[in-house]
Amino acid sequence: MKVMAQMSMVMNLDKCIGCHTCSVTCKQAWTNRTGVEYVWFNNVETRPGIGYPRGYEDQEKWKGGWERTKRGRLKLKGGGRFSKIAHIFSNPKLPEIQDYYEPWTYEYDMLLNAPASADTPVAKPKSLLTGEDMSISWSANWDDNLGGSQETAADDPILQHMSEHVAMEFEQTFMFYLPRICEHCLNPSCVASCPSGAMYKRVEDGIVLVDQDSCRGWRMCVSGCPYKKVYFNHKTGKAEKCTLCYPRLEVGLPTVCSETCVGRLRYLGLVLYDADRVAAAASVENEHDLLEAQRDVFLDPHDPEVLAAARAEGIPEDWIDAAQRSPIWKLIQQYRVALPLHPEYRTMPMVWYIPPLSPVVDVVADSGADGEDVRNLFAAIDKLRIPMDYLAGLFTAGDVDPVARALKRLAAMRSYMRDVNLSDERNEHIATAVEMTGAEIEEMYRLLAIAKYEDRYVIPTAHVEQAAELEEIACSLDYDGGPGMGGAGPFGSSSGQPVPVAVENFHVLKNRQTADRPSTPGRVNLLNWDGNGTPPDGLFPPKSSGGSE
Amino acid sequence: MTPLDVLLWVAFPYAAFAVFVVGHIWRYRYDKFGWTTRSSQTYENRLLRWGSPMFHLGILFVIAGHVVGLLIPAEWLEAIGIDEHAYHIGATVLGTAAALLTIAGLVILIYRRRSIGPVFLATTRMDKTMYVFLGATILFGTLATVMYQVLGPGYEYRGTVSPWIRSLILLNPQPELMMNVPLAFQLHVLCATALFALWPFTRLVHVFSAPVGYFFRPYIVYRSRDAGRTNRPTRRGWEPVATPQDAKKAAKR
Repeated sequence: MKVMAQMSMVMNLDKCIGCHTCSVTCKQAWTNRTGVEYVWFNNVETRPGIGYPRGYEDQEKWKGGWERTKRGRLKLKGGGRFSKIAHIFSNPKLPEIQDYYEPWTYEYDMLLNAPASADTPVAKPKSLLTGEDMSISWSANWDDNLGGSQETAADDPILQHMSEHVAMEFEQTFMFYLPRICEHCLNPSCVASCPSGAMYKRVEDGIVLVDQDSCRGWRMCVSGCPYKKVYFNHKTGKAEKCTLCYPRLEVGLPTVCSETCVGRLRYLGLVLYDADRVAAAASVENEHDLLEAQRDVFLDPHDPEVLAAARAEGIPEDWIDAAQRSPIWKLIQQYRVALPLHPEYRTMPMVWYIPPLSPVVDVVADSGADGEDVRNLFAAIDKLRIPMDYLAGLFTAGDVDPVARALKRLAAMRSYMRDVNLSDERNEHIATAVEMTGAEIEEMYRLLAIAKYEDRYVIPTAHVEQAAELEEIACSLDYDGGPGMGGAGPFGSSSGQPVPVAVENFHVLKNRQTADRPSTPGRVNLLNWDGNGTPPDGLFPPKSSGGSE
Repeated sequence: MTPLDVLLWVAFPYAAFAVFVVGHIWRYRYDKFGWTTRSSQTYENRLLRWGSPMFHLGILFVIAGHVVGLLIPAEWLEAIGIDEHAYHIGATVLGTAAALLTIAGLVILIYRRRSIGPVFLATTRMDKTMYVFLGATILFGTLATVMYQVLGPGYEYRGTVSPWIRSLILLNPQPELMMNVPLAFQLHVLCATALFALWPFTRLVHVFSAPVGYFFRPYIVYRSRDAGRTNRPTRRGWEPVATPQDAKKAAKR
């Protein structure tokens, strides 16, 4: 047994209102740079829908993830080492920018500086790749809220497994949002695909990262990831991906997407797992067994044997404590309501989802029946074959049973708590129907519905004895080259040694304050003046020379 | 022998070699982040899918041919039964085929680079300079082969150019060997030498990133947070405090 700790996430889809706050804050924090304009480390997809990049789930086309050979071994679906090297001069399965979308901006200056004319000036969209005019025809969430889905939803790879007739019916009855980040898999196929060995899984917390200094831009990770959550920065020529906001996690803060989530649907915590058994679990024959196999790899943080092994591996006490209080462990193993996204890719993903019950409730309520009654809900879950099949296609490789069990537990919680609230009656039989106790249901209710900040995020900090190693703890001007550097390096943008963030910000601010030409000519941006020195031109009216004041 | 000959056939090659070696070391230390293939496949794939493998495979064959022709003395090949005639036929046929593949690939790639908007915008000044020297080297090389080997009677460069290169390697330079070499060959050599001097400052550095290690490492890579946490070496007096846990880990290793 080799105990390792994995920082993981569970998202409660019932609560997602599709507001994209997570995507926007993530973008502001991580990908608001040239080269990654088209990149969303976090995106929210409307389901049914074809996702971002378009149709990424169709692994017959993209060849991401692993597959099991006839001899029971795992091999990269896109081809192993020899095949990768043979295709190194032209990656055969790389999504093009059009599969994501062509990034654009608007000609905002026109709004301010257009000469007087009879027509209102418009800000034309301009491609960020060519600088030319473009017509916008796709983006990261083009089919948001099923917009235009009558044309595109049929291309949803999961719907394509169902008949077309079903697809149409489905669209009218069932819709939900699916926020996605990197899965930080236990068996990451992106890492396995990297020819340079630049991608790695952190030993301490299992976060999958790209070493920007070792990446040589072969792009095999982009093809290897079945979730298409590794992106190619077309300006720096390096791969980039969701970092699970490790600089925040290291100091005990939740990721930006979690922190800003309006629905408070994200949970962060540790899971202990047995690294020795991952490969065997990922190669079980029947795809339906993958969910159970992955659950078996997780280790009970209360088991004394596991604790002893964890201590022997050098996992700190506060991390063990965090693993015991982990909401992830509870949702996956204790309540068993969370399910992985596409276990059939055999990467052992570690961002799990609680399937949405609310659409089921809506169907029951729309039919005039009591949408909170446990019998009605159970019957609906058993009868609503289409949404069940769809959810199973997402979360359990097509096995409906685990989805139904999870939804029934959510339904039971709903009914049980309604009885408690309305009549202070604890109907133990509702809990027994889903193999739980009333007390357990109330605990689960606390975690899912009350969802206190400290219950949702149980994040042990990185160890203080390593503080001297943290990136910017020393004087941040004290680095090779010193202050006064800045600007683009000699070999294209961002070449040269990495500049500490504090220095980079300093130069950006300085450039903005001292630029010859303001970004909006003729206007003064008051935010650029920090109150010191001479005020920028145009802030005050010019002193009248020889005036009579 | 004029001073110009010494300059061109002794000083210039050695200077280029020095720049090549020192330049790479400097670039690797200074600019690991800029060391990449700078792929433009996300912008355009239809042309690249053909052009890139054609060019790269072609140039690999060309390099292999140069190693055989320049570094292995003619007598050694004769010793294993490859005489002048057999070598000439082999080198001309294989060399021409590789050159055609390389040039076709390069033409596709340069056309693509110029005509596809985003690709052209992503082209740096250094890229353009590099293309000039790379193109010129390949062009003069092909020209020399076609003029003298295919259409002409055949020029025996293994009596002049090859020993000259080996004399440089053996630190016993013999510039007189290059004095009467046909102009096309001379230009080819000079362009190539200049290209070597430019090499470390262009995207050509990706040649030294050939991922050989991929064959020998396990698929999944684990790294500790401690290792390589920063790009800066730990300075004296700032070594992290060793905890009992670290000591345990160190003892295990």
